[in-house]
Amino acid sequence: MINKVADSVAQALEGLTDDMTVMVGGFGTAGIPGELLDGLIQVVHDSRISGLTVVNNNAGNGDTGLAALLKTGSVRKIICSFPRQADSDVFDGLYRSGKLELELVPQGNLSERIRAAGAGIGGFFTPTGYGTELAKHPDGSPKETREINCRMYVLEYPIYADLALIKAEKGDRWGNLTYRKSARNFGPVMAAAAKRTVASVHEVVELGALDPESIVTPGIFVSHVVPVPRQATQGAGFKKVA
Amino acid sequence: MTYTRRTKDQMAARVAQDMPDGAYVNLGIGMPTLVANHLPQGLEIILHSENGILGMGAAPAKEDEDFDLINAGKQPVTLLPGGAYFHHNDSFAMMRGGHLDICVLGAFQVSERGDLANWHTGEADAIPAVGGAMDLAIGAKKTWVMMDLLTKQGQSKVVPECTYPLTGLACVSRIYTDLATLEVTHQGLRLIDVVDGLSHADLEALIGLKIQA
Repeated sequence: MINKVADSVAQALEGLTDDMTVMVGGFGTAGIPGELLDGLIQVVHDSRISGLTVVNNNAGNGDTGLAALLKTGSVRKIICSFPRQADSDVFDGLYRSGKLELELVPQGNLSERIRAAGAGIGGFFTPTGYGTELAKHPDGSPKETREINCRMYVLEYPIYADLALIKAEKGDRWGNLTYRKSARNFGPVMAAAAKRTVASVHEVVELGALDPESIVTPGIFVSHVVPVPRQATQGAGFKKVA
Repeated sequence: MTYTRRTKDQMAARVAQDMPDGAYVNLGIGMPTLVANHLPQGLEIILHSENGILGMGAAPAKEDEDFDLINAGKQPVTLLPGGAYFHHNDSFAMMRGGHLDICVLGAFQVSERGDLANWHTGEADAIPAVGGAMDLAIGAKKTWVMMDLLTKQGQSKVVPECTYPLTGLACVSRIYTDLATLEVTHQGLRLIDVVDGLSHADLEALIGLKIQA
């Protein structure tokens, strides 16, 4: 029998080690797996984990969630598209003091590199970023380019992860997931790219209760489903209940 | 010369005026977002938001805000009947794959060949952030820029060569500014309109480039 429903966040996050790559879903206030991030911070603290690479669209807001994870000092590198925000103070401080490495990736390339990892693609040519600073490796050397059908493209490689933390709406014991509105964002993409995918859900339902036509992430991409209560969405200054 | 600059809302209305019925449009964060308030009545123009929305509607009333439904600028929005949600790969396939008819972006600089610089000042201590700007700039069928023509110091933001780091090469087709609207053509810049009281020669002097009538 398959039962991916975890009793607790801690159970779903057992066995993490140093130097892992962790994907974290979410965009703005929508789809941030807050409870899973809190759980990860606890594990990182208790097991003294270090050297993590985090993949997220942003680099944390305020002093909770991803920002709190960065504050633990356990993160060596962040791969993201939009780190700078009005209240990204934790990231700003670590980055400016050289304690956190940044790999800046155009958002669509970020998403496609994650997709490639999940889809078994070894690399792809993208027009995005051609001719810009972001078509260079971190050491400043140019990325490989190619002309295809009279257009110039840049070679980009997959981003694999050991762990993905995503927020979904409903799930069942096989790991099938649905999402809510624009909280879907990176969830289905990251789910396929990680060796272990942990999804928080606001409701666990019986097998067959999710309309098969409406399941967005099939359970094969999901390792653990953790029920969490619905809470007020807080982030970027927003406080009202979703 | 006496002339009056277009306000931000007048600029937004000017951009909106050129949008055809049925267009799929992405409005960049910042000033381009204002265009949504000026879309012509009676036309169906479908707004895309890169975080995963097609058919985005107006901002909700304060008490109706749903923070699972936000735009790329992270502000609460609504969904029109017929609208859809999708994940990031589908969203960027729409952008990169040439499915959007128009995107409207802000800019630091645009070159006369249509090179765009809008993501990074290049200053040593600046923290860079790019988001979806590079995907939009080269992905939409038409990339329009909406910006003030001059910097606060009075320098033209339409330039022979961008000095800020580039977002995309030769991707801008039209530049809507507070003083004039310009088309980027293979033969250089062409004037579409200019505010009353500013002559063609005055405009060329401000920009420092030849502009076809």
